[in-house]
Amino acid sequence: MSVSKRFRWSAVLDHSILIIGSLIMILPVVMLLQMASTTDIHTMKNGPGLIFGDQLPVNFEKAMFKADGFTGANTGVRMLYNSMILGFGFAIGKIVIGMMAAYAIVYFRLRFATLAFWVIFTTLLLPLEVRILPSYEIVQRLGMLNTYQGLIIPLIASATATFFFRQFFRSIPEELVEAARIDGAGPIKFFVDILVPLSRTMIAAMFIIMFVYGWNQYLWPTMITTEEGMFTLVRGIKQITQTLEGTNLPEYGRSNLLAIIAILPPVLIVIFFQSWFVKGLTESDK
Amino acid sequence: MKRAGFSNRWLPILFLIPQLAIIFIFFYWPAAHAIRSSFYLQDPFGFGETFVGLKNYTAMFNSAAYLRSAWFTVIFTVIVTFLSLSIALLLAVKADKVIRGAKTYRTLLMWVYAVAPPVAGVIGLILFDQSWGPIKDFVALFGWDFRLGVDYFDTAFAMVTISVWKQLPVNFIFFLSGLQAIPKSVREAALIDNRSASGRFWDVTFPLLAPTGFFLLIINITYSLFDTFGVIDTVVKGEPGNNPMTLVYKVYVDGFRGNDLGGSSAQSVILMILVLALTIFQFRMVERRIHYT
Amino acid sequence: MAQVSLNNVRKVYPNGFEAVKPASFRIEDGEFVVLVGPSGCGKSTMLRMIAGLEDISDGALTIGDRVVNDVDPADRDIAMVFQNYALYPHMTVAKNIGYGLKNRKIPAADIAAKVQEAATMLNLTDYLDRKPSQLSGGQRQRVAMGRAIVRDPSLFLFDEPLSNLDAKLRNQMRIEIKALQRRLGVTSVYVTHDQVEAMTMADRIIVMNAGRIEQIGTPAEVYHSPASTFVASFMGAPPMNLLTGRAEAGRVRVGNVMLHQHHEDRDLTVGIRPEDIIPDSHGHLEVEVTLIEELGAHRLLHGQMQGHPLTIHVGKDHPVETGHIRAAIKPNAVSLFDPASGVRL
Repeated sequence: MSVSKRFRWSAVLDHSILIIGSLIMILPVVMLLQMASTTDIHTMKNGPGLIFGDQLPVNFEKAMFKADGFTGANTGVRMLYNSMILGFGFAIGKIVIGMMAAYAIVYFRLRFATLAFWVIFTTLLLPLEVRILPSYEIVQRLGMLNTYQGLIIPLIASATATFFFRQFFRSIPEELVEAARIDGAGPIKFFVDILVPLSRTMIAAMFIIMFVYGWNQYLWPTMITTEEGMFTLVRGIKQITQTLEGTNLPEYGRSNLLAIIAILPPVLIVIFFQSWFVKGLTESDK
Repeated sequence: MKRAGFSNRWLPILFLIPQLAIIFIFFYWPAAHAIRSSFYLQDPFGFGETFVGLKNYTAMFNSAAYLRSAWFTVIFTVIVTFLSLSIALLLAVKADKVIRGAKTYRTLLMWVYAVAPPVAGVIGLILFDQSWGPIKDFVALFGWDFRLGVDYFDTAFAMVTISVWKQLPVNFIFFLSGLQAIPKSVREAALIDNRSASGRFWDVTFPLLAPTGFFLLIINITYSLFDTFGVIDTVVKGEPGNNPMTLVYKVYVDGFRGNDLGGSSAQSVILMILVLALTIFQFRMVERRIHYT
Repeated sequence: MAQVSLNNVRKVYPNGFEAVKPASFRIEDGEFVVLVGPSGCGKSTMLRMIAGLEDISDGALTIGDRVVNDVDPADRDIAMVFQNYALYPHMTVAKNIGYGLKNRKIPAADIAAKVQEAATMLNLTDYLDRKPSQLSGGQRQRVAMGRAIVRDPSLFLFDEPLSNLDAKLRNQMRIEIKALQRRLGVTSVYVTHDQVEAMTMADRIIVMNAGRIEQIGTPAEVYHSPASTFVASFMGAPPMNLLTGRAEAGRVRVGNVMLHQHHEDRDLTVGIRPEDIIPDSHGHLEVEVTLIEELGAHRLLHGQMQGHPLTIHVGKDHPVETGHIRAAIKPNAVSLFDPASGVRL
């Protein structure tokens, strides 16, 4: 019976490692929540602890409706709204534009198809961060600072979605487009009747990845939005943690709850649509 | 292209125009602009510019601050990549092995993917807080007087810890799906050929994961270079001072805060070259085929 | 209903590869023609040119009395069944079958009636609301057939429609397709690499090799009088025995055995079908049998004759064993080919 005993010991080890890993992932956020459930005075004196307080509703109220800064426009509600616009706008824009371009490249006989391909896919090579200043200047010149267009469109200027849909379209059997042509479907009909419904799962997967990516943008929103009414949650948090400095009683409860609100929508989406998310992630980046 | 593609002339162009327009305005134009600016010296008050050739570049490579930042970036990238890859691999191998609770572990280990880097930075600020940070208190037990934002090494340590924490889920997801893609028959064959579990891992599983690992290597390097911006910016609270900073952060600080457009553009160009080299290296390796197809 | 005729139809790809060399033939109204050949021989390209899925580089294609070189596939009045069925995975069976009709702006009620009719004919009525993924291979095959039937086309095109099915189902569907075609009387072109399908289904067979038509004929003609050594070895399993021989003074010899007569002195390739060789203790062929394949209904003897490999087909009642035997050739069962070009003499 020594075999089964040894086996059990190794299982204990496996589970221990996984439990430690899971705790490392979760505990920091539990800590945020705990701090947000006590009064700021308590937190300032003791730091994070093990006991939850009853201050969550009070701090939630502050997080959602209190504003600071000059205009008083950066309430939690306003930032949540802006984050939603950025997340949805970016994901939808990227998917629509990417699908159209991928369709043109894969399903048409284009004379300059190869050129278009390279022009588009070169953008995969350079992330926004390395051309951030000139991008800022151009957005400024176009008068798009502090606008949703200025926030969203430059982020769309890379071909990840196009590349992903191109891969997917190429994996669809040739015969399908042939059957459709014999069935009398033109290019638009084929796209609407067949390709889009066939891509449903792929669209969902891509949407999750892109929504999370857009929602979590930091550098670009930091540069492009200076009006507090345009702040997203992720961008606004920095503002709030900075105001923590130098005040007598830092608002830990409010800022921690804002941090939790900022991670909640993308985290929930990733957890609930896990299989689509994993599919989108592992298939997109290839 | 599909062999039986449609032959309309204008429709595909119509479909391509939005993508191409955005790319030209917000990719090629700024990229070209950055390259051009790197050869000019801008007047800080906005009155014109002068062509200075490679001066921005020579100034950059002679700047102690730049070299320091470059060194830090290299070390930071190596450590973050190595740690997040190896810890994630360990977790993925275990998560692939256990039967009970496999799904729960998977969820618990991957959700942090959706946490924005600056929020991770905020969490780090609390964990390493000067007065009561839990990690600070913990290392104090070993006599380590941790000073975030004051001590160069301590600050770098916090940056690495937070960046690794944030990057674990991505690596975990890829390693796990890579492991699950290994055919059952191959595992069974290995089970018959080799009685040692660690032997099986290093001889069979690990080589079969090599394509995933290589792909992740590139992803992690890119992550360490660019996506850690949010972490670093929150940890230094927007005031770099003498704290460690990565090259991307320096581009931002010099250009956006310091108004040194020429110098910042030169730094951007160097980064572009770096990324291009990395990508070409990646394509080369893919061509050489670490894949086993 | 329609005739199809090809006049020097040719396909050259942009990279210069000539997939189909100039081909001319005519398919009669209601005829079932099978294009057969090894993979890469150009048979699928030929079919796809007829369908309009591939441009025709040269020559003229007529369906009915129209030259259709530049007509869109949807307007050629054809229907096609694909190798992997090409069913729309997100549509129900009924929608799959009716999609082509819907695109022709036929009223929904008429579509429903036609779909119902086709489904009845194909035993699919219980599955109309299912998605293709919920069907078996044979059922998917029937849906693909249904999609073709409802269009009421004047020409059916089949691109290896049975190759994704298992052997048993393949035999069954072979009979069903053939019966259906008989019933509907629609001109059909059928592509396959399986010579059994070709033999059993075709009114006429077109054998292709390397972009060229090797032979056009009824199954019997192609089998018994192959136009070339390629056809001889491609059609029939096991293939025709091909032996190197020589004609001298009117006699064709393989080694020192006389097999046939020929007027001209020359080198030859001698072809004999395995079933045309009969074990016969008085026969003048001496065969060294090394292996016996038991196939139930018959047996195959593999051996050597005069240093050439030889296969003999014998009935199940015939006692056989390995070793030295004598055999004879049935009268008029020998084909002669030119050894250099492979062409029948």
